[in-house]
Amino acid sequence: MHLLYFAWVRQRVGLGEEDIAPPPAVRDVAGLVAFLAARSPGHAAAFADPRQIRCAVNQEFADPTTPVGPEDEIAFFPPVTGG
Amino acid sequence: MTPRVTVQAAPFDLAAEMTALLAGRVDVGGLASFVGLVRADEGLAALTLEHYPGMTERAIAGIAAEACGRWPLTGCTVIHRVGRLPPGAPIVLVLTASAHRAASLEACAFLIDWLKTGAPFWKREEFADGRERWVEAKAADDAAALRWAR
Repeated sequence: MHLLYFAWVRQRVGLGEEDIAPPPAVRDVAGLVAFLAARSPGHAAAFADPRQIRCAVNQEFADPTTPVGPEDEIAFFPPVTGG
Repeated sequence: MTPRVTVQAAPFDLAAEMTALLAGRVDVGGLASFVGLVRADEGLAALTLEHYPGMTERAIAGIAAEACGRWPLTGCTVIHRVGRLPPGAPIVLVLTASAHRAASLEACAFLIDWLKTGAPFWKREEFADGRERWVEAKAADDAAALRWAR
């Protein structure tokens, strides 16, 4: 599973990307967030308030119930502020 | 007609982009343009735009295609800049061409509104006194907020 972090999520985690192999119990975005929050102090800071986090699975906007699997590219980031 | 979508660090040339959208055509009655600029609020020294390479281009292309489905456009260009930009610098260009003005103006407004909320870009502000902060999404943008509670 390939993870990408952007903006302040990247700054708090301390990484722009990483490859991980979560346990099989992690089946969706919400489960992945809970798993990641326990991974390091930086991750914990980034995911402290999941309501402030948005997610994309394979470059499509996702929600907490979106399934995730070992081959997926999953990105976490704050609400977007373009334009 | 395939919209032209680009995410780039370099400045864009408004006149050249307009000319390109009209080249060889005599069926265009209206060409609408929007240029977004870095505004120097509260002593802003620079704005840095970050994006998600791949997804950002895909997301913009998707909404540009939707605009082309809703309005009879003859041409559509979206250029969004990334990187560190000083006050006054152009950030984003939207061009929409159509036989009639209403379609071009409405499609242009649709695209720029959507770019605010639906394309993965993030802005970080740097101020003259050294402070830095990430721009927060507007409350209105949170209507589509994800709910993470299990």
